[in-house]
Amino acid sequence: MNLLVISAILAAMVGMRFLKPSMLAWIAIWWLGMFAILEFGFAVPIPASVIKIYMGIITLSLIAYVLTDPERVEQVWNPIVAFTVEKRFQPLLVVVGLLIPCVVAWSIYADMTKSKQAPSFARTVHPAPPDQITVHDTDYPLGFADNPYRTLEASAPEEFAARVQAGRDVYYSNCLWCHGDVMAGEGMFAHALNPIPTSFEDPGTIAMLREAFLFWRIAKGAPGMPDEGGPWESAMPAWENFLSEEEMWNVILFLYDFTDYKPRAVELH
Amino acid sequence: MKRKLPPIPVLLGVLAMIAVIAAAFMFRFASYFDESLSYKSPTRVVTEQAETPRQQALAEQVEAERQAALERPYEEAEYRAFPRIGSRVAIWVVAQLHLLFAAFVLAVPIFAVTIEFIGYRTGEKRYDRLAYEFTKLLSVSFSFTAALGAGLTFMLIIFYPKFTNYLMSVFSPTFLPYVLLFFAEAGFMYSYYYGWGKFSPKVHLFLGVMLNVVGTCIMLIANAWLTFMSTPSGIAESGALISTWDAINNYTWMPINIHRVIANIAYGGSIAGAYAAYQFLKAKTDEERAHFDWMGYMGNFVAICGLLPLPFAGYWLASEIYAFSQTMGLTMMGGAFSWLFIIQAVLIGNLFLFANWYLWLGMGRIKGAERYRSFIWPMLVVITICFAVWATPRSILSTTEEIQAMGGSSHPVLGYLGVMSAKNTAVNILILTTFLSFVLYRRSGKIPTVSWAKLGNRIQFLIFLAAASTVIGYGIAGYFVDAKTRIGFSVPQVGSVLLALVLVTLIDSFLLRGAATTETNWGKIRPISQYILILLAVTFTWIMGLMGYVRSGLRQHWHVYGVIRDTSVDAYTPTLGYATTVVSVTVLIFFALIGFIFFLAGLSGKKSFVAEPTPEPRGGDGTLEAGDSPSPTAMQV
Ligand code: HEC
Ligand code: HEM
Repeated sequence: MNLLVISAILAAMVGMRFLKPSMLAWIAIWWLGMFAILEFGFAVPIPASVIKIYMGIITLSLIAYVLTDPERVEQVWNPIVAFTVEKRFQPLLVVVGLLIPCVVAWSIYADMTKSKQAPSFARTVHPAPPDQITVHDTDYPLGFADNPYRTLEASAPEEFAARVQAGRDVYYSNCLWCHGDVMAGEGMFAHALNPIPTSFEDPGTIAMLREAFLFWRIAKGAPGMPDEGGPWESAMPAWENFLSEEEMWNVILFLYDFTDYKPRAVELH
Repeated sequence: MKRKLPPIPVLLGVLAMIAVIAAAFMFRFASYFDESLSYKSPTRVVTEQAETPRQQALAEQVEAERQAALERPYEEAEYRAFPRIGSRVAIWVVAQLHLLFAAFVLAVPIFAVTIEFIGYRTGEKRYDRLAYEFTKLLSVSFSFTAALGAGLTFMLIIFYPKFTNYLMSVFSPTFLPYVLLFFAEAGFMYSYYYGWGKFSPKVHLFLGVMLNVVGTCIMLIANAWLTFMSTPSGIAESGALISTWDAINNYTWMPINIHRVIANIAYGGSIAGAYAAYQFLKAKTDEERAHFDWMGYMGNFVAICGLLPLPFAGYWLASEIYAFSQTMGLTMMGGAFSWLFIIQAVLIGNLFLFANWYLWLGMGRIKGAERYRSFIWPMLVVITICFAVWATPRSILSTTEEIQAMGGSSHPVLGYLGVMSAKNTAVNILILTTFLSFVLYRRSGKIPTVSWAKLGNRIQFLIFLAAASTVIGYGIAGYFVDAKTRIGFSVPQVGSVLLALVLVTLIDSFLLRGAATTETNWGKIRPISQYILILLAVTFTWIMGLMGYVRSGLRQHWHVYGVIRDTSVDAYTPTLGYATTVVSVTVLIFFALIGFIFFLAGLSGKKSFVAEPTPEPRGGDGTLEAGDSPSPTAMQV
């Protein structure tokens, strides 16, 4: 978030309040102010699709605001009526009348001359895994499989700690380059990759997944993704070619240990 | 004036024409009567002709084909195709229409009986009239439901014979009870409707209750079939039946039962509200307007009562789906179907916004509501923020440039809003705010006279504050715990909201005892409010269509998930655009049909209004008077 920009916009809106704008102007100020915050208020820009949803909601709310009160309706409606019928506004009306086709023409022009972009592909980040995978000749039913060492956490804490330590070694000799030293997805290769390596600190990744899901992703890497996950896009290697099953389960323990997240439990009825 | 006779030439002409036509007929059909008149070829008649080898071969071929047809073994067809749109879309539309009508037919009796009961207890005639008005919408809808249900069954048998047969074999013990229940439903329904005012009130209420019991049983059975398709149980891997009861009591059966009963009430209320709005807008007199304004208000009230607990029921359903199959859960929430949930979120946000908006507009009909005008905009701000959070997508649709800027398809800030903790919090606050709107609406027509009024208000305020803080507190804590605990957090969140609802209502009922009431001018509401009622109904219908598709579509290429594969040509997931178009067309058809029902119901209601006065009795005892919604507790007596 870009607090400076946001506070500037809010300050400007408060400032306008002192100018006692008409209801119509006030609504317009709110609309534009909210739009400016969404568009410029964030260090990482918000994608247009989300801005559209938000502005839709804001527009609806502003309409509701005006329409709940007959006085406000008058205050908004009267200037519009006055503008279209009163003599003194006629020159301006003509200008607006001419402006409308110009805006349409301009938007068509802007649309046609957009810079070329590769067609966007809505990659599904967490696609449904296959029901079963085979890693080094062992079959794993992903619906039920759980980390075989997870129970050690309660039953044998020392062994568990040792396994986390082993996982740490695996991580820092293999994953560090991409996923980064604090797991925020900013390893040294990250900037060259698209999609960039997952930040495990993000609450929307490992915190809401089961360990078997991670096991699948780590063992089979990007090539093992189904089509909607875009297996051709991601650089995530298929680690079954380099690591043992044990090492992969260990590194999963370490991921959760380091980030302090808990995996989603397997629920059996 | 005496007409002149037609001149003789004209008569002759007519006769001649008749003669010509008769002659033509004779020639045309003479051959039927006289063999010798029939047409003969001018060439020599060949009586005996040697067959050429080609003709011989052709004759043999025909004979062989006939023989083959006679000996063809009987084969079961797996699928048959519906012309043009394909079997799946055909079944989809008919099933959805059937569901929409069924939901309406099941829902209306629930609140009709409740309202009738209130009328019985309070002795106020207008409640009885209202209940009757609601019931009037039933009879035609009931026939439509049955017709569509029969259509659906036949279409299943025609287009999916093999699969239908399988379903029949698993659920064979359920079909006869279903038919019997249906008979009973028809019996209760028509005796309830036609027996209005003809039985003693208690007998009539009993009929209404039985109507509901039977209707619910019907729904439970039908839900077993369709939930089994998504989350089968009670069968072997081959599909062979092990236990019918387990097949019925599968993972999603109960969650769907609950979600549906509640959603049906909300939906039924909104449709009834739309009916009232339609009549309001058509109304010619102030009496009519007053009556239908009140009816629309009650419909909306029922809809909101149903709307409030729905999110919780929905989450339970979702978590059961997740528990049944992680794959299915991920398809739903993270995969192809997650976009549908964004649409759903936008629609549900709309429902809440519309419902509140209608209440705020409703304050216009109450004298003394001006006091609460300044509360509206903060509530609107809260609703807008919650709506935005609720509709924030988890994986965002974005261009390549945007993805690069964000570093992945989740935004560093919005990423925190797209997860369950945030959404649950948002929806609970939405519920609280909507309830607050209600409380204020009720309050606007009253001036409490009890000595502890100030204290009561403060306590109510504190309860709201406590519930809101609990919800937000758990929402924030949800970011720091594992998924299962986080899902568990939704229980205290919803719990505190429900508790607040109950406590505030309770305090209200004492606080407003003997309160001075100001005047409520039923019918003096801005017409825009009626369009909002109609929009609410349309939005509800659309959500039902959309979610019905989600439930079915989640099975992807399976008829019975993981057991019976769909091998038909339609075994693919349609694009979002296509699916939403089908849903929209279905909704349009539904409204065309329900419009017809409204029209019919309007016809029979015409007379009674001229005769009877405004439904605006004055109540002084503070229980249920004009301007008062029956409080939620009163509704639940
Ligand atoms: C060459 C760079 C690279 C290396 C090395 C790498 N990853 Fe990845 N990883 C990625 C990228 C890029 C993604 C995100 C795209 C995707 O989901 O495939 C990813 C995604 C993942 C995910 C999926 C997270 C989710 O939310 O679904 C897991 C788990 C993961 N990596 C674990 C590891 C582990 C463990 C290692 C080390 C053994 C490792 N990665 C090494 C590039 C890498
Ligand atoms: C504010 C929250 C919600 C509202 C207002 C709502 C509303 C509705 C409505 C009106 C229906 C149609 C009911 C019927 O067919 O009888 C429905 C069905 C459904 N809802 Fe929800 N819902 C909500 C939350 C959820 C959530 C969170 C889920 C999560 C998965 C969900 C899943 C479903 C499904 C799968 C169906 C289809 C049921 C069927 O037709 O078989 N709902 N919902």
